[in-house]
Amino acid sequence: MQPINQFTGVVCPLNRPNIDTDQIIPKQFLKRIERQGFGQFVFYHWRFDDNGNKREDFVMNQPQYANAEVLVAGENFGCGSSREHAPWALLDYGFRVIIASSYADIFYNNSVKNGILAVKLTEEEVAEIMERSKEEGYRIHVNLEEQTVNDDNGFTAHFDIDPYWKKMLLNGWDEISVTLTDEDHIRKYEEKMYGKQFS
Amino acid sequence: MTKKTIIEKIWENHVVNREEGKPDLLYIDLHLVHEVTSPQAFEGLRMNGRRVRRPDLTYATMDHNVPTINRHIINDPVSKTQIETLEQNCREFGIELSDIDHPDQGIVHVIGPQLGLTQPGKTIVCGDSHTSTHGAFGALSFGIGTSEVEHVLATQTLWQQRPKTLQIKVNGKLGFGVTAKDIILAIIAKFGVNAGVGYVMEYTGEAIRNLTMEERMTICNMSIEAGARAGLVSPDETTVEFLRGRRYAPQGEEFEEATARWLALATDEGAEYDKTLEIDAAEIEPQVTWGTNPSMGSGISGSVPSPDDFEREADKESVRLALDYMGLEAGTKLSDIPVDFVFIGSCTNSRLSDLRAAAEVAKGRKVKDHVTAIVVPGSQTVKQQAEAEGLDKIFTEAGFQWRESGCSMCLAMNDDVVPPGKRCASTSNRNFEGRQGNGARTHLVSPSMAAAAAVTGQFTDVRQLSSVTH
Repeated sequence: MQPINQFTGVVCPLNRPNIDTDQIIPKQFLKRIERQGFGQFVFYHWRFDDNGNKREDFVMNQPQYANAEVLVAGENFGCGSSREHAPWALLDYGFRVIIASSYADIFYNNSVKNGILAVKLTEEEVAEIMERSKEEGYRIHVNLEEQTVNDDNGFTAHFDIDPYWKKMLLNGWDEISVTLTDEDHIRKYEEKMYGKQFS
Repeated sequence: MTKKTIIEKIWENHVVNREEGKPDLLYIDLHLVHEVTSPQAFEGLRMNGRRVRRPDLTYATMDHNVPTINRHIINDPVSKTQIETLEQNCREFGIELSDIDHPDQGIVHVIGPQLGLTQPGKTIVCGDSHTSTHGAFGALSFGIGTSEVEHVLATQTLWQQRPKTLQIKVNGKLGFGVTAKDIILAIIAKFGVNAGVGYVMEYTGEAIRNLTMEERMTICNMSIEAGARAGLVSPDETTVEFLRGRRYAPQGEEFEEATARWLALATDEGAEYDKTLEIDAAEIEPQVTWGTNPSMGSGISGSVPSPDDFEREADKESVRLALDYMGLEAGTKLSDIPVDFVFIGSCTNSRLSDLRAAAEVAKGRKVKDHVTAIVVPGSQTVKQQAEAEGLDKIFTEAGFQWRESGCSMCLAMNDDVVPPGKRCASTSNRNFEGRQGNGARTHLVSPSMAAAAAVTGQFTDVRQLSSVTH
C-alpha cells in the first residue's frame, strides 16, 4: 500500500450518521474479482438516480467537491457488511483521508490496510469541519507523524491513533511480510498446539 | 485465581506473540471462505508466490451469488466468474469446497455449525460480518475484510487489538410468541447500532440459557448490527448436546475430553466485564423495524415515530431520511403497514426451527394474493430435513415458493430481488437502503411474524393468530 504522512486535500461533507457499507458500495458491484475499478460505483444510489443520471442535489456531485480527497462523515461510519470493497471504492474514487467521530471496527481495519487514514476527532471537531467545508475550496492539512489536523483559518485538532497502525500507514508496509518475519512465533505455537510444524 | 470471562480465556489460548506497542498476534482455528470476499485474497497469494498455510483449517462454500431456482442458470456473467474463480482457487490451494451441487452446500454460517466445524473455544473468521453467528457455541468468531482473509490464508494468524468486554444480560423469561429474533431486535432498538463498537459481547441471563443452539445463533448473528464484531454465549449442556455426533466434532472418548474442556471455558462466576447492559425478556414483544438501520424498530403494538421524538439533531435527520426512504408517515401503527414481499431465510433465520416456526403459522392458511412469499432454507441439509417433515408441502400449499439454499434475498446478489418501492417482511438482518434491491423497503421480523405478514398481507401480531400455540 501507499505510505501516507502529510496530506492536504479538499474536504467533502457527508453529514449522516451510521453510513453503512451497503451505501458506500452497493452489492451489485461486489462481483468483480479484482481490487481496482470500484471508484465509479462509490455511493452509487446516492450519486445516481434509477436511470443512471447524476443526482445534482447530492453533495459529492456538486462542482465544488468534484476534486475532494478528504471525506468528513457522521458517527459510526462504515457499519454493516465486512466488504473491503468499501475502502477500495473510496480510495479508487480519490479519498485518501476520512474524518469521523467513530468508525465500525471492521471498516476501520479494512481502511488502514489499504492506506486510507481514518482520523477520529471529537463530535464537536467533526461538526466544525462539516460547517467550514461548506465554503468552496475548503482544504485541510493532515499530519500523521504529528497526529494533527489543521486548516488555513485557525482550526487545529489532535487525533489519537494506535501506534501499530500509525507505523504501518507511515511506511506503507505489507502486513503479511511483516507477520512472516515473526514466523518463528507461529511455528512455536503450532508445535505446542498441534505437535508439528506446517512450514 | 483471577476470574475470567470466556472472551479472555479464548484470547489467552490463542496468543502467538505479544509485544509492547503492537496488537496481539492471534492464531485462527477455522477460516471459512466464500466466493465474494476471497478472489482478491487468493490473487494476492499468487502474486507473491505464497501458499495457504493451513488448508486443513480452511473450508469453503458458495452462497452469496447462487441461484435458488434453476440452480445451474447463472444469468449474470460476473456472478458466474466469481463462482468459477472460487472453484479454481480451492483446487489450486487444496481447500475443501462444498460447491453448488454438493449435499453440504449452504450459507457459510449455517453449515459450519451443522457440520460440527464450529466448536467452543475456537477462533473462527470469515470474510463476512455475520461470522459472529458462530459465537453461539462459545467460539470467538468475527468477520474480516479481504486483506485479512489473505493474511489468514498466508499465516493462519491475525493482528488483533484486545477487545473490551460487554455483557448483555437478558433477564427473566420470554413471553408467549416471542422469539430469539425479537430479543436481538429489541436489544439493538434499546441500545443502538453502535453500542458494541470496540467490544466483544457475551449474552448472559436466564432467557439466553433457555434458548436452543439455533436460537442462540440468531442472537449472536446480529451482534454486528449492534456494532460488535463478535458476540458469544458461554457453552453449556445445550451446546454439548448439539455437537454430539456431528461430522467434524470430536468422536467417542475424544468428545468426552473435549466436553470437559469446553465447559471449563464458560465465564467464571464473578468475572468482570468492561460494561454491562440489561434487558428484561418479559418486556419484549414481537418486533418489527420501520427504518433503515436495525435499531429503528419497536414492538408490533408500536407506531412509526416522528423525527421530533428524537433529541439529537443527527437522529432527527436520520429518522426523517429513513421515513422518506421507507415511504412511511409518522404515527402509522406498525400493524397497519401492508407488505408486498415476504422473505424467510438468511444466516439469521433459515435453520430448521425457523422454518418450523413459520410453517406453524402458514399451515392451513393462504398467502394473500398481492404478496410474493419465498422460503429459502439455509443449507441443502436443512432443505432435506424440512422436506422429510413435510414443511415444504405446508409452505407450497399456502402459496409460498420453496427454494434451494443460499443467501438469496437477504442481500439480493442473485436474482432474488425486491423491486423498487416494494415492501418486504424479511427474516434477515439488515434493513439498509437498497439492501434487498435498489429502492426496496425492508422490515426485519422473526420467521413466525414473517409468515403472519404473508397470510394477512400486513404486519400482524402473530400472537393473535389463534391456532398458534407455544
